[in-house]
Amino acid sequence: MAIQARELTKDYQFGFHDEDISVFRTAKGLSPEVVAAISQHKKEPEWMLKFRLKALDHFMKRPMPNWGADLSTIDFDNIYYYVKPVEEQSRSWDDVPLAIKNTFDRLGIPEAERKFLAGVSAQYDSEVVYHNIREDLEQQGVLFSDCDTGLREHEDLFRKYFGTVIPPNDNKFAALNSAVWSGGSFVYVPKGVHLDIPLQAYFRINSDNMGQFERTLIIAEEGSSVHYIEGCTAPTYSNDSLHSAVVELIAHPGAKIRYTTIQNWSDNVYNLVTKRAIAHAGATVEWIDGNLGSKITMKYPSVYLMGEGAHAEVMSAAFAGTGQHQDAGSKAIHVAPNTTSNIVSRSISKGSGRTSYRGHIKVLPKAHGAKVSVRCDALLLDEESRSDTYPYMDIENPDVTVGHEASVSKVGEDQIFYLTSRGLSEQDATALIVNGFFEPFVKELPMEYAVELNRLLALSMEGAIG
Amino acid sequence: MSGTPTLSVHGLHVSVDGKEILKGVDLEVPQGEVHALMGPNGSGKSTLAYALMGHPKYQVTAGAASFDGADLIALPADARAKLGLFLCFQYPTAIPGVTTVNFIRAALRAQGKEVPAREFLNRLAAEMALLKIDESFRQRYINDGFSGGEKKRSEILQLAMLRPRLAILDETDSGLDVDALRTVAEGVMQLAGPDMGVLVITHYPRILQYLRPDRVHVLHAGRVITSGGAELAQRIERGGYEPILGAAAAAPVA
Repeated sequence: MAIQARELTKDYQFGFHDEDISVFRTAKGLSPEVVAAISQHKKEPEWMLKFRLKALDHFMKRPMPNWGADLSTIDFDNIYYYVKPVEEQSRSWDDVPLAIKNTFDRLGIPEAERKFLAGVSAQYDSEVVYHNIREDLEQQGVLFSDCDTGLREHEDLFRKYFGTVIPPNDNKFAALNSAVWSGGSFVYVPKGVHLDIPLQAYFRINSDNMGQFERTLIIAEEGSSVHYIEGCTAPTYSNDSLHSAVVELIAHPGAKIRYTTIQNWSDNVYNLVTKRAIAHAGATVEWIDGNLGSKITMKYPSVYLMGEGAHAEVMSAAFAGTGQHQDAGSKAIHVAPNTTSNIVSRSISKGSGRTSYRGHIKVLPKAHGAKVSVRCDALLLDEESRSDTYPYMDIENPDVTVGHEASVSKVGEDQIFYLTSRGLSEQDATALIVNGFFEPFVKELPMEYAVELNRLLALSMEGAIG
Repeated sequence: MSGTPTLSVHGLHVSVDGKEILKGVDLEVPQGEVHALMGPNGSGKSTLAYALMGHPKYQVTAGAASFDGADLIALPADARAKLGLFLCFQYPTAIPGVTTVNFIRAALRAQGKEVPAREFLNRLAAEMALLKIDESFRQRYINDGFSGGEKKRSEILQLAMLRPRLAILDETDSGLDVDALRTVAEGVMQLAGPDMGVLVITHYPRILQYLRPDRVHVLHAGRVITSGGAELAQRIERGGYEPILGAAAAAPVA
């Protein structure tokens, strides 16, 4: 009863965990042996093992980044880098072990799949346990699988793009992911094919002291379009977990990729993710990036605008409650002429929570006619909450239009009074103001996610007012 | 109309940021009556409105205010709203991202007056038509980028939807042209009656041509210095405040 009562009052409702039923795990800590064991277990080709070992070497040599959030408390020796939950991936929920299926039921995944998704992938610790895609899409040549399957079944295509957008030596955590990656999504959309409803991947950590290192590669051929959604949660443990993904997107000429993330990790997870896209001529890449959970998030979805007329859209929302630091932002690199980028960031800090907007805009000498718009707004709910903005701009072409606006505001006494004078409690009034502040982000989400996000925000607001 | 006071204010002293603005206000508004509170700029009219609605910055330092026998001073603003008190703001605050339709729905829900969605939308459409408010208004963020006139109409729309027992109109006439003033005032008069009393706070008597108050009170330097019937407003219209203030200074009310 006591536990139940605590669960009811706690902000985070996904903190439950299943008993460990994993079928294989590597020893704690990181070494060439652990990396080789992962590769061997997956029966990978030699080139991938070499790729992993080289990445590990780079990870070991590279210093910890010290320019952002405080990462000094990560204990790399106390982490399991590979935990395999099941022997076989399933294409039917009936074949997924009951405990795991129940977990995904609680997270609403099978229900969402029935209602409005074109395909679903569910990763549990290191491997995708369930995976399915609508048959008609498969018949049109759309590939949607975990990255391991992508490598195994479409090695040439996979190898052509893998690691080309984010090389292993890009940064320390991209190197780590490249060494121990597992699962994630491999998506290939053939020329001219449009997916009118989204694909979704769900990432669930279950094990204690776990590191999850999924790898995602999305290729949209000329004139095609795809919307990919990812969600993530984890149990609440006293030990820290690490989530370090690498996501590479390639939008060929005229293609459109929208990548939506609702990150809701428990507050013992370090979320250190590298996400980058290449947009060729006339292509559009949209990152819709919501960060609610985790202890520390460092994530700056980027777009390299390589072809004329390419467009980047980054809309992000971050919520940092007590003990959380959301260090998020975006990068747009304008390489080609007449490329455009539009970056909108909204962040909310509550209690001792801290949000940082970190952005980098680069316009190269050949990118004449480029248009850049950056707008970041922060809302503080308490006296002790904090928000910082670190916008960097390198403009190497005089023929560009650049707009940058930033604001930091507090929830106003007058706003609260106005709403309470209409009968709303102070807590509901704050939740409404917060929902309103995130509205530009929320309206970009499919309706089901918008409803869910507003509900999560309302939960996070409980007890917000002292 | 019953003569039982709904709103009862006695010897009310209110300070803002340590500065005393109201210095012993006495006022009674019986159930269902329309009263006007007039007074020159700086007399404390809006302070009284905010204090009655419970703005935390407006500190009651002495005196009492009750509504239907319930002590208002002890209650937060939302509890006062639930008792049936409503304030039409002179300068309503924008809440970006919150649509007018969602806001009104949330307020109804909070006050336990929620109706099924279809009925709600029908009522909203009807009230908006009466107030000559464009349909697009529903999806606009509340008070965000509204013109002065739109803000006032939006306040009256909320009044019409929430149906309080007493509406306090804080300078609702300011910034409205003649046509807008008539629309807004007629909107209020449609609602005023045995179930809803009105306390109109105004600087100018103009709005009172439409609202026809039962009683008129004049506030000056933080106190009600005189009260009377509708003819008091007419006197102010003809001769301004000075003769009245002068008379009150010569013979201050007890």
